[in-house]
Amino acid sequence: MSFSELIQSLLDDTTRSLAHFGPELWLCGTILALLLMRLFGWDRLVPPYIVATAGTLVGFGITYFDFLNLEAAGEAEHLFTGLLVYDRFTIFFRLFLTLFLVFVIALTVLTGIPDREDGPDFYTLLLGSVVGMMLMVSANHLLILFLGVEMASVPSYAMVGFLKGRRLSSEAALKFVVYGAGAAGVMLYGVSLLSGLLGTANLPEMAARLNLVVTGEAGMADATVRTIVLSLMLVFVGLAFKLSLVPFHFWCPDAFHGASAEVAGFLSVASKAAAFALLVRLAIAFLGQDPVAWAGVNLSLGIAVGVVAAVTATFGNLAAYAQSNMKRLLAYSTIAHAGYMLMAVAAMMIIRHGGAMAVFSEAEARSEAQRAIGGLLFYLWVYLFMNLGAFAIVAMIRNRIFSEEIDDYAGLVNQCPWLCVCMLLCLFSLVGMPPLGGFFGKWYIFASLFQAGKVHWSMWAVLGIAGLNTVFSLFYYVRVLKAMFIAPRPEGARRADIPWIEGAYAGILSLSVLALGCAPLLVNSVSRKAREVAGVLLIP
Amino acid sequence: MALLLSAIIFAPTIGAILLLFFDRKAIEPMRYTALAVTVVTFLLSLGLLVPFDTAMPDIQPNGEGGIQAGIVVEWIPDWEIFYRLGYDGISLPLILLTSFISLLAMLASWNITKQVRGYLILFLLLETGMLGVFLALDFFLFYVFWEVMLLPMYFLIGIWGGPRKEYAAIKFFLYTLAGSILMLIAMLMFYFGSASYTPGGHPTFNLLQLGEIAREGGFDPGMQLAAFILLFIGFAIKIPTFPFHTWLPDAHVEAPTPISMILAGVLLKMGGYGIIRIAFPLCPHGAYVAAWALVAIGAFSIIYGAFAAMAQTDFKRLVAYSSVSHMGYVLVGIAVWQIHELGGTDYWQMGMMGAMFQMIAHGISSAGMFFMVGVVYDRVHHRDLNRFGGLAGLMPLYSGLAAGIFFAGLGLPGLCGFIGEVFVVLSAWNYSPALAIVAAGGVILTAGYILWTLQRVYLGAEYKGPHPEALTPMVGREIFVAGVLLVFAIVLGVFPFLMFDLMDASTAQLVQSLEQGYQAAEAKAADVAAVLKERLLR
Repeated sequence: MSFSELIQSLLDDTTRSLAHFGPELWLCGTILALLLMRLFGWDRLVPPYIVATAGTLVGFGITYFDFLNLEAAGEAEHLFTGLLVYDRFTIFFRLFLTLFLVFVIALTVLTGIPDREDGPDFYTLLLGSVVGMMLMVSANHLLILFLGVEMASVPSYAMVGFLKGRRLSSEAALKFVVYGAGAAGVMLYGVSLLSGLLGTANLPEMAARLNLVVTGEAGMADATVRTIVLSLMLVFVGLAFKLSLVPFHFWCPDAFHGASAEVAGFLSVASKAAAFALLVRLAIAFLGQDPVAWAGVNLSLGIAVGVVAAVTATFGNLAAYAQSNMKRLLAYSTIAHAGYMLMAVAAMMIIRHGGAMAVFSEAEARSEAQRAIGGLLFYLWVYLFMNLGAFAIVAMIRNRIFSEEIDDYAGLVNQCPWLCVCMLLCLFSLVGMPPLGGFFGKWYIFASLFQAGKVHWSMWAVLGIAGLNTVFSLFYYVRVLKAMFIAPRPEGARRADIPWIEGAYAGILSLSVLALGCAPLLVNSVSRKAREVAGVLLIP
Repeated sequence: MALLLSAIIFAPTIGAILLLFFDRKAIEPMRYTALAVTVVTFLLSLGLLVPFDTAMPDIQPNGEGGIQAGIVVEWIPDWEIFYRLGYDGISLPLILLTSFISLLAMLASWNITKQVRGYLILFLLLETGMLGVFLALDFFLFYVFWEVMLLPMYFLIGIWGGPRKEYAAIKFFLYTLAGSILMLIAMLMFYFGSASYTPGGHPTFNLLQLGEIAREGGFDPGMQLAAFILLFIGFAIKIPTFPFHTWLPDAHVEAPTPISMILAGVLLKMGGYGIIRIAFPLCPHGAYVAAWALVAIGAFSIIYGAFAAMAQTDFKRLVAYSSVSHMGYVLVGIAVWQIHELGGTDYWQMGMMGAMFQMIAHGISSAGMFFMVGVVYDRVHHRDLNRFGGLAGLMPLYSGLAAGIFFAGLGLPGLCGFIGEVFVVLSAWNYSPALAIVAAGGVILTAGYILWTLQRVYLGAEYKGPHPEALTPMVGREIFVAGVLLVFAIVLGVFPFLMFDLMDASTAQLVQSLEQGYQAAEAKAADVAAVLKERLLR
């Protein structure tokens, strides 16, 4: 191949790739616009949130257009010489992230964090973080995996510390940075081991080579294979940090406590979603190639993930009991929910193992695995609305009563009944009560766990623990509601009058939670879409 | 017809939405609207009687050719979840009871003065949940309604309850949620288990279809037993039987009077209904294996509840423990299942009908008892049995009505409580004389604590407790509620066939299909055992 041909093919590849890179490009453009605004002082003329909203809406529009043509995006397409992959899964998560970004920006506008002065900085960080997450969900290369995680994390550190001058905030940011850097280091070590051993960092190629190693003469006992499994675990540590899984969760309550509720809400949903997307991709790429040869690893990793999930959910729920601060409580609830969601991944791994062990037929194993991932995606959608809703209401109340302590919420129902009802819907959805969306998310995951239990009994144990956790979790969510609805408002407490526009925002989020639980067509079509999207990953 | 069933469930919800448009201050109009909604719901549920064919045991409304049908609308088709409603002789009396007690409880709610609108809205949502549970024929839908009911109940106890309301409310919530998680796991077992028995291999939540599979010997015995235990614990918490009853005294005592009426009158029945509608038909083999234990638990609950009631000094707590005791008869009646008895399953059917009748009778008498306690509590603001006495002289009409209702609870012949108990005890004798004697012993204890209560509260020379000046005669609304309850207690006691006619065909069919289900499962197990033995011998 001559040099000019090489250049030409590279050019072709890049132009083709750029066509599918629209949302990211738009967000990058918006970031640039925000920075330039600051440079030339235009931010005094146009509020920065308008630029950020406009850019995000266009990004969302492009993704939505892609999403409407979801069927058209048939086979996975590799972008930028195989660094990124563009398939339905990517589109689905881009849609998720951009929609979420729209909601978060709307929230920041309503609650006035950041102020006009800091606007460009804040939105730059926010959008930058989302671009990183979008890279994470489409990563097809270990390099992008690492870059994406870092690009999502670094702006988050700054956002956590954004409330300058508040000790708590700075401390939180510092803790977050230290933990984050540690986890990133461990992950990078894993990445370098993996790519060094296999001679490539491209995920599908790695998976193919891995397959050769395992099915070849080496066998499972080989030192190389063991090192590979070890390095996979190291990569998992990096993701576990992002997912705040026990024992890598320590940053989460502190960071959420120190950050403003808006930022905490953003981190709790977006970074979780992106990290789960990445985890699912990795798990399927590495473990899906030859389930028979990998049987032992699949089973033991699946059980390990299940155990981590069960421990995470239990720890999160138990630790949440003792909290008196609303954001800390929600942080532990976030940890618990990461545990529930991780159970879906564990179930998927075990079910695929069951396909290899002939517990399920090939087709059954695929459809059950698809259901597990579909359940996870559905859960994430509901989680978007219910968790952001809870954090948004915390932010709105904070702006009125200047407190985020649960005790200070006493008797709020007399002053802002509608907001309290919205909170009720969000929190009961987090518990998983029908007819709210959270129930269906849990139901799908429980059903997958039950099916996985047919392969290995440990999944039934995980199911039992998950059920118990649901009962535990009721207690602390209800404590918040008890303060809001049952306790009397103390004399002389600050009034919390919520303007209608903020109420409408909370109303939209909580009505979505309700609709995802009982609107007949919606539940079905969302969960069907989620399964369909999950299906593209599982095509062998 | 489809419209009627949905209208019965959602009329209260629509009423609740309507209440949102009222002005916060317009308390009386809101009360009357809510009352009107419960009246309409009651009339609608009476509408179920019109097309009901008592000779037809199946679920109604029927499809073509008299097959079990109900109404079916797709809800989440990918998971085979349907909005499936219908009723038969087992659920119809309970539906009528629910809308009737709700109506009376609404009439009893006039004393609620705090946050009236919120109260009425939650009350109506609760009614939706209760009616939905009795009408749902899809396991998933049943579960959803079952949970929907919890939420309003938590707040109704938690906001409008007595001094320890928060503790009582969360305890109620946690117990029931724990039970429903067990039910959820059993639901998964049946859903995925059913796939291999249905045509086309689709799993199903259809309770009728699941029951049919069980009748033909589907679901292997081990799974049936496991599922039965899960379901039984879930429902036993609701009934409640010993040892899952500890939430009940707290919840009943702390709840405001109308909510106590609903709790005792309707919510406890859901446990019994769940066992009859779901736990037994879906796992006949498991149920048979556990039958003796169930009867024993039931008999123990009778005695335990009666002794516990006797020890109380709080009037309302006494009534609450009497519920534990009375609901024990329900469990005994359901479970007196004996294979190969003389005369087929007649005695068992008798026990089953006795249990069902007992549920209705207890619904009326216990709601009445709670109401009567509420009437006097509203006046003197205490419930200490040792500081009552002499009410008969001060409030003669009230005392007369109360005596009638307490006698109904006691099981005096001619009143509704008698029929259920006697049917249950008779059929239990056939099952196990020892347990029948224990159960019958409960009647004596019941008579003991109720008569003692009547003596302490109504008789005596004079009232020595606080606020003697407040003991004014009942107002018209209170007389109406108490009078209606007493009239029904007498009518059902004298004409029990009013209820038995509704139930007869359906219970006969249920008992028969359970018998078949058990034998099919047994035969299958025997086959499996034979095959195993053969293999071993080879």
